[in-house]
Amino acid sequence: MSKAPSLLAFATAVLALSRAAAQDFSAVELQVLPVQGNVYMIAGAGGNITVQVGAEGVLVVDTQFAPLAEKIMAEIKRLSSRPIRFIINTHGHPDHVGGNAALAEMTAPTPLEPLQMIAHENVLNRLSHPQPGEPETPPRGLPYDSYFTPTKDFHMNGEAVFLYHAPRAHTDGDTIVLFRGSDVVSTGDLFVAGGYPFIDVARGGSVQGLIAGLNHVLHLTVPAKTQERGTFVIPGHGRLCDEADVVEFRDMVVIVRDRVADMIDKGMTLRQIQAARPTLDYDTEYVNENSFVTAAAFVEAVYSSLTEQP
Amino acid sequence: MMRRRARAGLQLVVTLLAAPAHAQVDFSGSWAPLFHEDQPERLPGPELGDYSGIPVNDAARLRADSYDADRISVVTEYQCRPHGGDYSMRGLANMRVDQVLDPLTQRLIAIELRMNFQEMERTIWLDGREHPSALAAHTFAGFSTGTWQGNMLDVVTTHLKPNYLRRNGLPRSDQATFTEHWVRHGDYLTVTTLIRDPAFLTEPLVRSQNWLLAPAQRLGRDVCVYVPELPGAPDYVPSHLPGTNPFLREVIDWYGLPEDGVRGGSDTLYPQYQRRMRLPDAIPLQCGRYCRCGEHNRGFCDVQ
Repeated sequence: MSKAPSLLAFATAVLALSRAAAQDFSAVELQVLPVQGNVYMIAGAGGNITVQVGAEGVLVVDTQFAPLAEKIMAEIKRLSSRPIRFIINTHGHPDHVGGNAALAEMTAPTPLEPLQMIAHENVLNRLSHPQPGEPETPPRGLPYDSYFTPTKDFHMNGEAVFLYHAPRAHTDGDTIVLFRGSDVVSTGDLFVAGGYPFIDVARGGSVQGLIAGLNHVLHLTVPAKTQERGTFVIPGHGRLCDEADVVEFRDMVVIVRDRVADMIDKGMTLRQIQAARPTLDYDTEYVNENSFVTAAAFVEAVYSSLTEQP
Repeated sequence: MMRRRARAGLQLVVTLLAAPAHAQVDFSGSWAPLFHEDQPERLPGPELGDYSGIPVNDAARLRADSYDADRISVVTEYQCRPHGGDYSMRGLANMRVDQVLDPLTQRLIAIELRMNFQEMERTIWLDGREHPSALAAHTFAGFSTGTWQGNMLDVVTTHLKPNYLRRNGLPRSDQATFTEHWVRHGDYLTVTTLIRDPAFLTEPLVRSQNWLLAPAQRLGRDVCVYVPELPGAPDYVPSHLPGTNPFLREVIDWYGLPEDGVRGGSDTLYPQYQRRMRLPDAIPLQCGRYCRCGEHNRGFCDVQ
């Protein structure tokens, strides 16, 4: 099988994300949703932002695009007058790290209230060595406080905050963030609501890793009565969710993977598999005119994951 | 004379504005479902592969064809799920309706429903509030608001989690919304439901359910704790690969139904479909399932 079309498709997708950083954001209106406990969700253009506030300051997970930073900062200031103490990047795509530098500039940290910018080290590696066509990340926006261990944890605003690395999932640098006291999980693009996952195979993502990461999220979530609410889940994109939504998404990915694997076993090529439409029964739910990931791209990512050489 | 008319007019306006615009009908109380309508579908459950009378699209058909009921037990997160807000009205739907009054004004601001299956609860807000943002969390019950149309309560529900149209795997998406019309005739309650689902339906699905007032009914607890029932790989989700479900022909063979009829779709909703319907390949000589239904059989059917 030829890998070239796959890599080209994913490189194109990330370039599209990069180009999005140059679009006109003046009309974008941010929405702030109280989630639970100390945690809020800010949605606008790009990935969802998670904000945790309290007496010790503000913790931000992902930063959307740089041109939105002023609006984002204005919303954060409505939630807390304290400085941003932590910026955590769930992965390195431009719609999640684009506002790093601008927010860092605006937060004015002091030696007593320093700002830490945290991500898995693979994110730092990729952001500091961009591929041709990818945007340069200003030094102020690089997550130098990177970690390389499976987990990292610290205490902030009266609750434990856990970072879990999800290896080779959406990318090779994914982090799941758990706010243990507030009972909220922030997933980055490991999980998105209302669309197919973007498995960035060219940047170390894989369908197996994605499923393992989703299963990890399910381990962290505990539903309340009628198997819903309890732990809330902030997805990389789309509406606020909980465990039941992650289960539906995980099951969809597993079922599509199983179908594609069966077709590969039968000797079908990628084009034949795409033509057979193994996602037909999910397309009306997961694809619309604004979708970033088409059915064909999702199938291609699954195919590439399952056929790549170790 | 003019001043008197103006005063009378003003009085009329004030009277109209002050007239209660709420609670024309009291739905509160305990209600027992009547299953004479769609009994086989609602109690024992629909046959696998039977999509007749549902305006489904190809996506819904494939999803249902792939459905494996083992998923309900193998995937622990499914074990304690309630029905969706729409389906809960026609499942094992013993129901209690309570009024929620504003403590200050005594105005009716909502009615709360409690169903016995999985202790599902729904709130229908009657205080004119807006539905939440599209980014708000969805629930199995959804978010419901009601308005009065004479003695009929019209209810609109949004923010639903994915669920099912039939318990044989026919899906209903989280993009769906549904409208209900609540009508009380003495001790009887009729709720007509219209489900719109851009993901899986080609036109609204209209169904109705009836209840009888049952003052002696008491809803007990239905506590559910999920447990792993099988050891297995964490990424195993039971599902039939397309074209491999061996059970889809059962409904055709057992009842002697035409294949294109059980596949459902808008056509199969309307009486004129009978004229175009192809004859089945074989018709059973005698009834084998759901026979002798009705009062002479204590309201049940013989299921073999």
